[in-house]
Amino acid sequence: MAKTLEINGKSVSVEASPDTPLLWVLRDELRLTGTKYGCGIAQCGACTVHLNGAAIRSCQMPIGVLDGAKITTIEGLQGLHPLQAAWIEADVPQCGYCQSGQIMSAAALLADKPHPTDADIDAAMNGNICRCGCYQRIRVAIKAAAADAVAHPVDA
Amino acid sequence: MNAPVKGLGPAGISRRQMLVISAVGAGGAMLVGCSPMDLLSVGADESHFGPFGPFLRIAPDGAVTVVSKHIEFGQGNHAGLAAMVAEELDADWDKVTVVQAGADTKIYANLGMGVQGTGGSSAIANSWPQLRAVGAATRAMFVTAAANRWNVPAGEIMVKNSVVSHPSGKSATFGELVADAARVAPPKTPVLKDSKSFTLIGTSRVRRKDVGLKSRGEARFTQDVHLQNMLTAMVAHSPRFGGKVKSFDTAEARRVPGVVDVFQIPTGVAVTAANTYAARQGRDALKVEWDDSKAEKRGSDAILVSYKALASDQVKPSGDLKWQAFDIHGAGAAPAGGKVVEASFDFPYLAHATMEPMNCVAEIGGGKHKLTFGSQIPSVDQLNTAMIVGALPGSVEIETLFAGGSYGRRANFKSDYVTECVHVAKHVGGGRPVKLVWTREDDMTAGYYRPLVHHAVKVTLDADGYPAHWRHRIVTQSIMKGSPMGGGGLDESAVEGAKGSPYLKATPVVDGQVMLPDGGVPVLWWRSVGATHTAFVMEHMVDQLARAAGKDPVEYRRALYAKAGADRHLAVLNLAVEKAGPDVTLGFTRGVAVHESFGTLVAQVAEVKLVGGQPRVGRVVTAVDCGIAISPDQIASQMEGGTCYGLSAALYGRITLKDGVVEQKNFDEYRVLRMTEAPTVETYIVPSAKAPSGVGEPGTPVIGPAVANALLAMTGKPTSSLPLVKA
Repeated sequence: MAKTLEINGKSVSVEASPDTPLLWVLRDELRLTGTKYGCGIAQCGACTVHLNGAAIRSCQMPIGVLDGAKITTIEGLQGLHPLQAAWIEADVPQCGYCQSGQIMSAAALLADKPHPTDADIDAAMNGNICRCGCYQRIRVAIKAAAADAVAHPVDA
Repeated sequence: MNAPVKGLGPAGISRRQMLVISAVGAGGAMLVGCSPMDLLSVGADESHFGPFGPFLRIAPDGAVTVVSKHIEFGQGNHAGLAAMVAEELDADWDKVTVVQAGADTKIYANLGMGVQGTGGSSAIANSWPQLRAVGAATRAMFVTAAANRWNVPAGEIMVKNSVVSHPSGKSATFGELVADAARVAPPKTPVLKDSKSFTLIGTSRVRRKDVGLKSRGEARFTQDVHLQNMLTAMVAHSPRFGGKVKSFDTAEARRVPGVVDVFQIPTGVAVTAANTYAARQGRDALKVEWDDSKAEKRGSDAILVSYKALASDQVKPSGDLKWQAFDIHGAGAAPAGGKVVEASFDFPYLAHATMEPMNCVAEIGGGKHKLTFGSQIPSVDQLNTAMIVGALPGSVEIETLFAGGSYGRRANFKSDYVTECVHVAKHVGGGRPVKLVWTREDDMTAGYYRPLVHHAVKVTLDADGYPAHWRHRIVTQSIMKGSPMGGGGLDESAVEGAKGSPYLKATPVVDGQVMLPDGGVPVLWWRSVGATHTAFVMEHMVDQLARAAGKDPVEYRRALYAKAGADRHLAVLNLAVEKAGPDVTLGFTRGVAVHESFGTLVAQVAEVKLVGGQPRVGRVVTAVDCGIAISPDQIASQMEGGTCYGLSAALYGRITLKDGVVEQKNFDEYRVLRMTEAPTVETYIVPSAKAPSGVGEPGTPVIGPAVANALLAMTGKPTSSLPLVKA
């Protein structure tokens, strides 16, 4: 059965068995490889994307339940997202493999809470593993992006 | 002169040992008399590099591209390597880019290893003279070209930000001069800058070149490779190390839509499919019976018990097994009546658990043998591939991509997952691309762990409370033995860090020995290698000794460093203590540790408290002496990351086996450090004029003992096994 989804603002029709995880549809069928495979059991967060604006683990999301869903991947962030600018400024990534997932989790956090506390950051980011240990710089970058949004509001 | 490059090789392998691999691996005696670099290059395409050699390209528009012979898997070496060239070349740093070299043992050898490879925190150290010379020689070519064009003395010409100029007002960009410069003969002995006149190296401008790609999801990893007509493969492996396929039933696997073929290869049963999910479903549907007659069937508990029995002399070693001295000096019995401190330490197997599980793309057949993946030791991967496909090593093409972490895992002398992919691709044939994908479970249960280790230490103090007699026994499985580099001598990687410790130097009588029983669990270097356990033992032992002597641990270390003449240890300790300051964060207790690995010294003051009975680390003040600091930002980044990696292992890291079967299969069972548990690391660099040493590994082993020392201060209880959090 074909499923029709909106992925990064475009309507996409997908032919895949309903149990196929969204992750593999994105990566293998649509070649949106910014979203990574890390564990397959929603433990590491490398596969994080947005489903109707909320951060989800695409490795555990079967395509069969996503008819009509709006999905955003790292490739679908608008322009250079303030978080990506902050990531670059803070030299966050090391190996880089987990960073798409980190940024997508952080983007959902900032959309929900533009001025996150440390506890908010912990809660939103604790599902994203970084084996290189970039956590400290991720926290710095999230705060910088939030502060930047305060200093330069979009409607100013 | 540059200081000797220490600790080279994928984690402390000597050059001599590295040279052995090619001779053994490629057929032994017939190779005698040939250089291994030449041999491994046999069959390579004639490489045609530009006028500035294999490490540097300058485009007609003046764009400067540095070619890195080393893989980038997080450690930031590409920035440092490019900065060496850019500094001597006086190139515009903002416009310098870095590309990854292909495999070429002769041209791109790690000068400390003798083959092309990245490891032992050696990328920066071995490239320091080489890449500076490349930059300096090229700069001289531009100067000569400009002097000729303008008819002025070369000595009056200046170069800055990729612009060549003369006081008369004449100036030209690299782009405007490159055609002329390309025709100038490079100087035989290029003149290098005095480090005092560096304008780029050591500044905050030396930052990663790959952050944009990696922040936009555009960096290309092996997992992301999609080639025309490519198959994706997964392999069913024996649940026990050393198990073999007895029989298998492919019927259900073949019924999975998308599955293309099912067949046996040396390491198990392979499923090829149109995509990853089909390969996974096909592999899961396989029914395989395993022959465990030669498999490792012991549990990790039983292995540890056997190590303890050997260390305590309860069991006499059998066969070839014997104690080997790593440090025996002085003579005489322990002083009678001296205070005795006895401790033992158990360290579990550890998985590297890189974020990107092991994977590889191979195209074999039809006259082609190409690998596309994150190759850490291309020369060895070429050799192992060549032996399977029957080709000359140099003819095996490798396109090295970014890798999602390694921490030692990809520096495997058996090229385990690489050769598995080559076997699958060879079976498929015709040069059709095959991407071998390991699931997290495949990756975590595949072995090549940091070995299980047991230390037993007994120290007798003199009348002043300092060690007079130090007896040290280490029992662990050798990483080197059974590898092509296992020469039968002492496996330095098992004892480094205990061997060479300033505390042993400061002790009049030392009896340090190691025993290396064989085992069926594949073991490998794991970020900082021997130091993963020796740093813990030496640093936690010293705090226990200071405590027994009634002395402050920092003052106690200072006294021992003075006895040992360990000035650099003293300097990093003093810097860390000074920067930590006197005020401990409310509710926290401090612990200190210092360790040298790969020629770099790291001291940490860690603040620890208990949250729900589990250690939580807050502020960590780090001092590092790595010689000339090329990129202070990346040095800090490696200290932060290394601390997290080491802390993750110290708190939670543990692979166990039950009846030979690995019990941890994914991140739900193999706990790793997460955001809430991450410390705040401050990094301070000891000013130095020495040649740079590496920072990829040395930040890892210090935090564990620093935390244990804080817990000792807090609770009075020493730590005798890792991880600290047992459940």
